Amino acid sequence: MSVQRAVIVGASHAGAQVAASLRQEGWAGEVVLVGDESALPYQRPPLSKDYLAGKSTLAELAIRSAEFYARQEIRLLGATVERIDRSAGRVSLSTGESLGYDKLALCTGARPRRLRVPGAHLAGVHYLRTAADVDLIRATAKPGSRAVVVGGGYVGLETAASLRALGLDVTVLEATERVLERVTAPEVSAFFDRIHREEGVCIQTSALVEALAGDARVREVVLSSGESVPADLVIVGIGIEPNTELAASAGLVIDNGVVIDDRARTSDPDIVAAGDCTSRDIARYGSRVRLECVPSAGEQAKAAAATISGKCREITALPWFWSDQYDVKLQIAGLNTGYDEVVLSGDPNRDRDFTCFYLRQGELIAADCVNRPRDFVFSKRLLTQATQGVGRAELPLVTVSDLGA
Amino acid sequence: MAVVTFVSHDGETHAASLEEGQSLMQVATNNAVPGIDGDCGGEAACGTCHVIVDPPWSDRVGPSGADEEQMLAMNPEREPTSRLSCQMVVSEAWNGLTVRLPEFQM
Ligand SMILES: Cc1cc2nc3c(=O)[nH]c(=O)nc-3n(C[C@H](O)[C@H](O)[C@H](O)COP(=O)(O)OP(=O)(O)OC[C@H]3O[C@@H](n4cnc5c(N)ncnc54)[C@H](O)[C@@H]3O)c2cc1C
Ligand code: FES
Repeated sequence: MSVQRAVIVGASHAGAQVAASLRQEGWAGEVVLVGDESALPYQRPPLSKDYLAGKSTLAELAIRSAEFYARQEIRLLGATVERIDRSAGRVSLSTGESLGYDKLALCTGARPRRLRVPGAHLAGVHYLRTAADVDLIRATAKPGSRAVVVGGGYVGLETAASLRALGLDVTVLEATERVLERVTAPEVSAFFDRIHREEGVCIQTSALVEALAGDARVREVVLSSGESVPADLVIVGIGIEPNTELAASAGLVIDNGVVIDDRARTSDPDIVAAGDCTSRDIARYGSRVRLECVPSAGEQAKAAAATISGKCREITALPWFWSDQYDVKLQIAGLNTGYDEVVLSGDPNRDRDFTCFYLRQGELIAADCVNRPRDFVFSKRLLTQATQGVGRAELPLVTVSDLGA
Repeated sequence: MAVVTFVSHDGETHAASLEEGQSLMQVATNNAVPGIDGDCGGEAACGTCHVIVDPPWSDRVGPSGADEEQMLAMNPEREPTSRLSCQMVVSEAWNGLTVRLPEFQM
């Protein structure tokens, strides 16, 4: 029998993990990791944190070293996959070549949602998804210049914190009535609002961007209220869209992401998918969810590699996430979708550490832990292991100092 | 060449050569040591890089830091010489170091 080949499309968190896990699962065939960014697969989360703030280099962000891929016989190929021919088992590359596959893993990730207003094309308007994006931002982010961040989600707020560290004047424009509106309780939003104001960031909520104006470069952001905010630099962080076109044009089932099951299988038995480009029914939440985080990309990638190798490994891990802003480290265990009650430990209006537990019908479903790693570990373990619901009485409603830390 | 040995929960050993300046978590992932995930990339945020340092080495590699300690505190597999390997910057002087891996990572 000829040697089998697994081709992985997209060389970031999910793709790199599929490649590494294939070898751990004992896949003896070829592994080709095709990616269209220039660097070795690198960590994306630090882009809006240390990398933007100039505290780390791209080489330091490599997920694994070049030697790792060489030793594991993982071939890295720099190209864009343009088409999948499922009946022939081939992919066509931007280099003009084509590559046969026995198994295919789609790890195409996501791209920033574009701001669709007049002037959005002007020089000085940036998105933040890749190291190349950040290099462009850093080239113009000079101390004292005025940056406007459109979008008060995690990426927007982290960007604001890093730009402050670089000495810029920063304004955050959020369309809804509070920052992090989509992902946290009002109490947690109020905390981050306070922290950023204390650090000198100007936050405007209910601020709808109507246009960007300028000459050769962007000069101001015009709001629907008629007000305009001067800007030397605009960074747009209004969410992401999954890269599903490649899968869709090959006829795979798509529903807000490439649809996968608990073993990362798509609607084609020879094709798996993992990471930000996928959506999946999660029994725990009773709905189809598209997760946008590194731990889930890794977990799905491990399941995908097992499936390719003819083994069974289900995606079971609890979704979790983290975010760093200034000295504030937020760790989130679980998804709070559908919560009907929050329980606070600590005072978000005053302290710099507290936990917000989310309950649904009296049971714990998620926790936002701010500078409280203990509460995070506690919540993550409990949510992962508890066989029956965890109620309010079992929450660690004590302050860190009570624990003698 | 300085070498560190990782011993899995069921006793399998993996030797890896150290590269000065890397974290022990990076040494493990770059050498395909199973059982160390490093999900957060070394931010002390995930706890998936837990190792238990061979007690005689404990003083030489040093104690855990404050954030690290809090991450370890609630871990049932925690032992007196537990560390998060992403917080351990390796040095050539660690030649011969042995660390054990817990049964489960976070
Ligand atoms: C600024 C920022 C901060 C973040 N912070 C955190 C955080 O703190 N914690 C956290 O858990 N998550 C964070 N995330 C999210 C996290 O980075 C993503 O969940 C993760 O990168 C998903 O990995 P992925 O491999 O699925 O997709 P991606 O990282 O999007 O990678 C997909 C790769 O595939 C390539 N590609 C796409 N199509 C093709 C094609 N046809 N041919 C070849 N290559 C292709 C893309 O260029 C890209 O390199 C952050 C994201 C950003 C942008
Ligand atoms: S790699 Fe996440 S805590 Fe060490």
